[in-house]
Amino acid sequence: MHIVVCIKQVPDSAQIRVHPVTNTIMRQGVPTIINPYDLFALEAALALRDQHGGEVTVLTMGPPSAADSLRKALTFGADRAVLLTDRFFAGADTLATTYALATAIRKIGETFGAPDLVFTGKQTIDGDTAQVGPGVAKRLGLLQLTYVAKISALDLDNKTIEAERRSEGGVQILQTRLPCLITMLEATNEIRRGGMADALRAARAEVVTWSAKDAGVEDITKCGLRGSPTIVKRVFAPQARAEKATMVDFSDTPPADALIAELFKRQPKLETELATLARGY
Amino acid sequence: MSEPTKAPAASAGSRAATKKELPEHFKSYKHVWVFIEQERGQVHPVSWELMGAGRKLADKLNVELAAVVIGPEGESTAQAAAEAFCYGADLAYMVADPLLTDYRNEAYTKALTDVVNTYQPEILLLGATTLGRDLAGSVATTLLTGLTADCTELDVDTDGSLAATRPTFGGSLLCTIYTLNYRPQMATVRPRVMPMPERVEHPVGRIITHPLGLVEDDIVTKVLSFLPDRDSAKSNLAFADVVVAGGLGLGSPENFQLVRQLASVLGAEYGCSRPLVQKGWVTSDRQIGQTGKTIRPKLYIAAGISGAIQHRVGVEGSDLIVAINTDKNAPIFEFAHVGIVTDAIRLLPALTEAFRARLSPHSRDRIAS
Repeated sequence: MHIVVCIKQVPDSAQIRVHPVTNTIMRQGVPTIINPYDLFALEAALALRDQHGGEVTVLTMGPPSAADSLRKALTFGADRAVLLTDRFFAGADTLATTYALATAIRKIGETFGAPDLVFTGKQTIDGDTAQVGPGVAKRLGLLQLTYVAKISALDLDNKTIEAERRSEGGVQILQTRLPCLITMLEATNEIRRGGMADALRAARAEVVTWSAKDAGVEDITKCGLRGSPTIVKRVFAPQARAEKATMVDFSDTPPADALIAELFKRQPKLETELATLARGY
Repeated sequence: MSEPTKAPAASAGSRAATKKELPEHFKSYKHVWVFIEQERGQVHPVSWELMGAGRKLADKLNVELAAVVIGPEGESTAQAAAEAFCYGADLAYMVADPLLTDYRNEAYTKALTDVVNTYQPEILLLGATTLGRDLAGSVATTLLTGLTADCTELDVDTDGSLAATRPTFGGSLLCTIYTLNYRPQMATVRPRVMPMPERVEHPVGRIITHPLGLVEDDIVTKVLSFLPDRDSAKSNLAFADVVVAGGLGLGSPENFQLVRQLASVLGAEYGCSRPLVQKGWVTSDRQIGQTGKTIRPKLYIAAGISGAIQHRVGVEGSDLIVAINTDKNAPIFEFAHVGIVTDAIRLLPALTEAFRARLSPHSRDRIAS
């Protein structure tokens, strides 16, 4: 069995700061991490490999430094890493990204064996769109199972898979055919700590690095900024509300009392409403 | 070195400057559509919220607003279409087929793509739910058009383009995104982000039905069963009147119980900011913000939450926002109504006791007498 897991290297969002004066993103020194949602996809793939045999290939598109994230994935136990890097990919929106990733997955199939499964996280923490998984599936003509909480059965002989998919009001138990693409829900497993052997292997492993041409991209106008139907016209910091927050002064009252007094002064109805609510519990 | 935020705008601007006119075959694309999401006979409220937003866009463009209803043959789908007229639809497109009883990507993608290709809308809006996001990604890729996720504001530009605004850079800034040379312009919006429009009794209007054109054997994926969530397992966070939430300022997972205790005394729901979910302190169904729940309570108390845009967009619809933070420069004070600069870990227990004393029936009697 061959599983391809798409991951993304993202800035650690908890550490992004906006410069208070210039309103610019301060990227310097912001560490990068593997998109946390992708780790659930990676672990699900590794667990299936351990159970059924086969190989896990991790794939990312990004600058050359994204190789760090691929190496990290190798230390968790992935068998092979492919980096798709080319200036033609820069500025890609989700549609252009799915074109590049789908092309690379086809090439991975030709080079290392056709994948039975493709995994992605449910979304990234920097873009937060959740569009790339379904887009890659559509480009490759794969069936898709999104927001998967659990893979309950995998039958490689009959090429079928059963999975629990989270929907708004419950859980759908779905059965579909391989090959298919799965986007994994968060908190459904815990990424393993790779062993010493994996760490040594990762340190020595070669990250397969492909340019657009290497990956088999035929139409460069479908990549990057040129291949993106959406354009970002404006980036801005939100305005502060016109009315400043009333700051509660508690120099001569206990802070809790001062705060409650301010709330009830501001919205006199609130006290009755809260009392009604509180009684309900 | 800090990177000027103008960078993406500038590079995009050069694209915008070289913008060719809308290709000829897209010029016939007219009108605003909203996909009406149903699951097991229930319309998701986000669909009606989108009808409110769609109505405004259609009025600005001076075009029609259409609801697209896809579902099983029978009462519930017809009812959803009828209901759409009460939320402002001028007409409805309906694909009703027994094969659409359960949501399945293949069948719903075909249904929506076919209707779009046949009747050609300029704007198509969907809810950013598990169903809407699954469907929107497939449809946009099939149509090779632009899709902007999780918008917090939708507007029409002077040239008639959809201006879709959403948080970016992990929720630290906002950006406005356009789909200039492709149609339809697609966008998703999360539940509760747009206000619920008023329902006005309205007779059923024009309904255009469209066939699905599939047989069961064409659809590979089968739904083996559906396990509805127990009501007790659902949090009422998005619809609560009072919400208390905690952030990293609480310092440790143990301190999160201070948030729960205050919520309990107030009869409130509790929530948290994104980092607490990422750290595993609180489950993801309690997350408030762009990637979690959007709330619109009468009272929102944020304890130890700095107020990144990602969080801000999820709480801005609250009537009264109270911020507790040790940092007087925290961004949350820029959109809170009432702020107090102090340590939430110390204030929360005091607040819980003070509210308990004021709100207990005994003290109310005393106030009354």
